[in-house]
Amino acid sequence: MKLCVDLEKCKLHGQCIIAAPKLFGFRADGSLWWVETIDATQQKEADEAADVCPEQAIWIED
Amino acid sequence: MAGGALIVGASLSGLRVAEQLRATGYDGSITVAGAERHMPYNRPPLSKDVLFDDGPNPLAKLMFSIRPALSDVIWYLGQPAVSSDLDARTVSLADGRTLSYDVLAIATGLTPRRLPLVGAETCRHVVRTIDDAIALRSVLVPNAKVVVAGGGFIGCETAASAKKRGCSVTIVEPLALPMGRALGDELANAIKAYHEAHDVQFRLGTTIQGLLLDPADPQRLTAVSLSDGTDLQADVLIEAVGSVCNIEWLHGNRLDLSDGALTDNHLRVKSRPDVTAAGDIARFPNPRYGPTPRRIEHWAIPGLTAKRAARSMAARLKGEEPDSNVFDPLPTFWSDQFGIRLQSVGNPALADQAGLIEGALSNLGKPGHGLAMGYWKDGAMIGVISIGLPAAKLSEYRAMLG
Repeated sequence: MKLCVDLEKCKLHGQCIIAAPKLFGFRADGSLWWVETIDATQQKEADEAADVCPEQAIWIED
Repeated sequence: MAGGALIVGASLSGLRVAEQLRATGYDGSITVAGAERHMPYNRPPLSKDVLFDDGPNPLAKLMFSIRPALSDVIWYLGQPAVSSDLDARTVSLADGRTLSYDVLAIATGLTPRRLPLVGAETCRHVVRTIDDAIALRSVLVPNAKVVVAGGGFIGCETAASAKKRGCSVTIVEPLALPMGRALGDELANAIKAYHEAHDVQFRLGTTIQGLLLDPADPQRLTAVSLSDGTDLQADVLIEAVGSVCNIEWLHGNRLDLSDGALTDNHLRVKSRPDVTAAGDIARFPNPRYGPTPRRIEHWAIPGLTAKRAARSMAARLKGEEPDSNVFDPLPTFWSDQFGIRLQSVGNPALADQAGLIEGALSNLGKPGHGLAMGYWKDGAMIGVISIGLPAAKLSEYRAMLG
């Protein structure tokens, strides 16, 4: 599965990093990194990150 | 119709309760009833982007995605609950339909409080729903004289949006500072100055006492009269004076509804193990801040309380005890005003002491100059509010609060 972030919508609240620290993080320059390809065992964590995003900028593609 | 899980309230909390029920493995029926005619959507942009963008169909951008696991959920939209009989386990909707349940979630949220004044209803606005926001933005035209009643977050965000649209804007606030209770005096003063630098006027320590109407057209507002004896010209009055909980439909069930729905730490309503509450309306004890139950009107709370409530509902359906873990969510909120983002973590409103821990208030809003205020109670740090700091820095402060 593909984990997607719409960087036009993302306002760097950082809630995804709190919910799913293994899948999201900030780089030294403050920009967001994330794991782009995930397997079924990571889906729950990815769903949680998508839920808590205040801008609803995260989604998962099959 | 009979049984299963009934969720009253079809906004963020109601949606998340449904999702989290499915996440527990519950595969029985789920019914959601909501007062608005729309599927659940995201509210924070209503006081911001929706007001200053003029794009078509703003609702489309705000809709929450509905997961496949919810494909068989039954939605009754535009159907507020009007009454309930929790002994009989039934809830009645506005269309006369009665729904029964095995487990119930109360997720009906809030309605804006209105000023206790009569007249000029078409010139008076609130911001809670997409329909409210669309109605408001149509009157926020250049040079319109806008008075905002209430200098809290919604009032200040709405004022900034109205200013962006070219309106002349005055905030009338009964306390000495805008957002003073949430931010403390020092930061509230700095943000007030920032608003003033963007040509928002303040009338502080003052309340709106009356409405002055156009004698030729009594539906048209011309001014508001203030408690200090002066009048303030107004074409549009935005009422951002707090909210009341949507609890009318729960009356008659011997519940404590004095401030939302009182629950235990499992989000179960007192002496009703088959009833839970989630979101803005849930008044629950957070052991992080002592035994006093409180409601929290922050965006993250619906998701967190919904998860907890859904677990309690699933346990009840299986005849099991609920999750034995303690629920002690760390509150977070943010506010966007004139291009600055204020981010709060913890509970600054409970502090007895505040002080700058990074940067300088005189640099507020200047690019590259972030700042952070710390908040303490009884000597222990209980909150941090940052402005313009990289998100990674905020994560560090968050970690300090545990």
